[in-house]
Amino acid sequence: MSAPLLEVDGIEVRYGAVTAIKGVSLKVGAGEIVALIGANGAGKTTTLKAVSGMLRLAAGGVKLAGEPVASLKPHQFVARGMAHAPEGRGIFLNLTGAENRERGAFLRRDKDGIAADLEKHFTLFPRLKERRTQVAGTLSGGEQQMLAVARALMSRPRLLLLDEPSLGLAPIVVESIFSVITTVNKEGVAVLLVEQNAHKALGIAHRGYVLETGKVATEGTGKELLASPAVRVAYLGG
Amino acid sequence: MSEFLQHLVNGVSVGTIYALIALGYTMVYGVLKLINFAHGDVYMVGAFAAFYIANALGVGDSPTLGKTLLVFTGSMAVCAGLGYAIERLAYRPLRERPRLTSLITAIGVSFLLEYGFQLAPFESITSMEFPPGPTPRFFPELFPRTVWLQIGEVAISNIDVLSLLVAIALMIGLEFIVYRTKFGTAMRAVSFDPQTAALMGIPVDRVISITFALGSALAAAAAVLVAISRPRIDPLMGMMPGLKAFVAAVFGGIGNVPGAMVGGIVLGLAEEFVAGYGVSSFRDAIAFAILIAVLLIRPQGLFGRQSVEKV
Repeated sequence: MSAPLLEVDGIEVRYGAVTAIKGVSLKVGAGEIVALIGANGAGKTTTLKAVSGMLRLAAGGVKLAGEPVASLKPHQFVARGMAHAPEGRGIFLNLTGAENRERGAFLRRDKDGIAADLEKHFTLFPRLKERRTQVAGTLSGGEQQMLAVARALMSRPRLLLLDEPSLGLAPIVVESIFSVITTVNKEGVAVLLVEQNAHKALGIAHRGYVLETGKVATEGTGKELLASPAVRVAYLGG
Repeated sequence: MSEFLQHLVNGVSVGTIYALIALGYTMVYGVLKLINFAHGDVYMVGAFAAFYIANALGVGDSPTLGKTLLVFTGSMAVCAGLGYAIERLAYRPLRERPRLTSLITAIGVSFLLEYGFQLAPFESITSMEFPPGPTPRFFPELFPRTVWLQIGEVAISNIDVLSLLVAIALMIGLEFIVYRTKFGTAMRAVSFDPQTAALMGIPVDRVISITFALGSALAAAAAVLVAISRPRIDPLMGMMPGLKAFVAAVFGGIGNVPGAMVGGIVLGLAEEFVAGYGVSSFRDAIAFAILIAVLLIRPQGLFGRQSVEKV
């Protein structure tokens, strides 16, 4: 069997004296959606940041397509086919939507391909087409989130890391974000999805991991976790 | 009228120098949010690098255009390397620490250069007289000064015209790099948010290194232009222009490239007119009066972030 696209093996992350992540292991196969759910402070965002090199590992390792990547800097992941839409979206608020998405294609040299992708993604994100000349700071939260995902896609990743894409958004917007994630995934992009909204996340995920105080408490397919009494009680409101 | 013109010419000439130095402050602040207090001393090193290169080439005996070009580019290259080294050795190891640590380190680097250059030459090691020691040196004439343009009593020399042209060319070049190239895009992205820039695949560390090198090269160019018209150079020569260029950068809005250019020229003109029409001993005071006024009235500077700065 070939190596999974992403393999996280027993990673630990410390903030000063506090160990935030105590040996998390998880896998994302090519073309999979994997949800990482858990309560506030369970270490979901920390795990994601550790995977993309934004935080240093105290222990453990990360492999991307079989290659150890734990020592790489964040910018080196993009060329290896991984894109991270970070917590808080990280939009360049002073640039237009189109300019933001061009930054996402920073490493690409195929001008025609970039232009084609910019155009193609408008079918996924029709709102961004209407607002393309607007400075990103004037977009709504949902539009900014769409923009963050659209920008991450501009590097043509094989693996997309999404940090709480539904955070602070109206239910109808959340609905459309999740449908975009599903569509993107059907085109072959694997997704590691960190979500507070466990119900929604597990609904579209092939598999999921439940994080509790820095450790993986449960794992299983999306359906299994949705059906699991323990998960229902803790994260899905009974 | 001719007096006014003369002040105008002088003011613009001093101002473009401040602008060139201010660009280094503002670019480094843009990417690192650090005031590089050693920048004025990099400017001083630029003057000495040019001095040593000029002497090695024998410019004093037979000046040529080629040698002048070599002096310029050589000094810029030396300072680019120095800026790169300062960032790599002094600031990068402290990047995750509180910003005050870097600021104090910057002052330390400044002292290291100022007083290091005042040491007696290690003649046993190098055949050059390096370090130069505290005594001022005389910068060799790269080409003879001639009057190019005489309007009434206003004399504009070839040196004035050349400095202005070189300074403008460098600023246009920088403007092009910052707003029209891939590196400039990366630099502006780092300036807005280094973490997000990295997630776009932008090599943040390399962008910061190149920014230091670029800013330091501009300071070297400024130093050579100054040394050509005022040939006395010494290891403390960077203190005052460094401080004033910092004021110019704050005035224009620190972190803003066009702001630094405008700030420098405005400061140069203010100095000349205050010294010319007012009290000449107030020449230095005006810079700090401007600084205080800016901090009181418009702390973000003329083109500060609150206005539309496209990054």
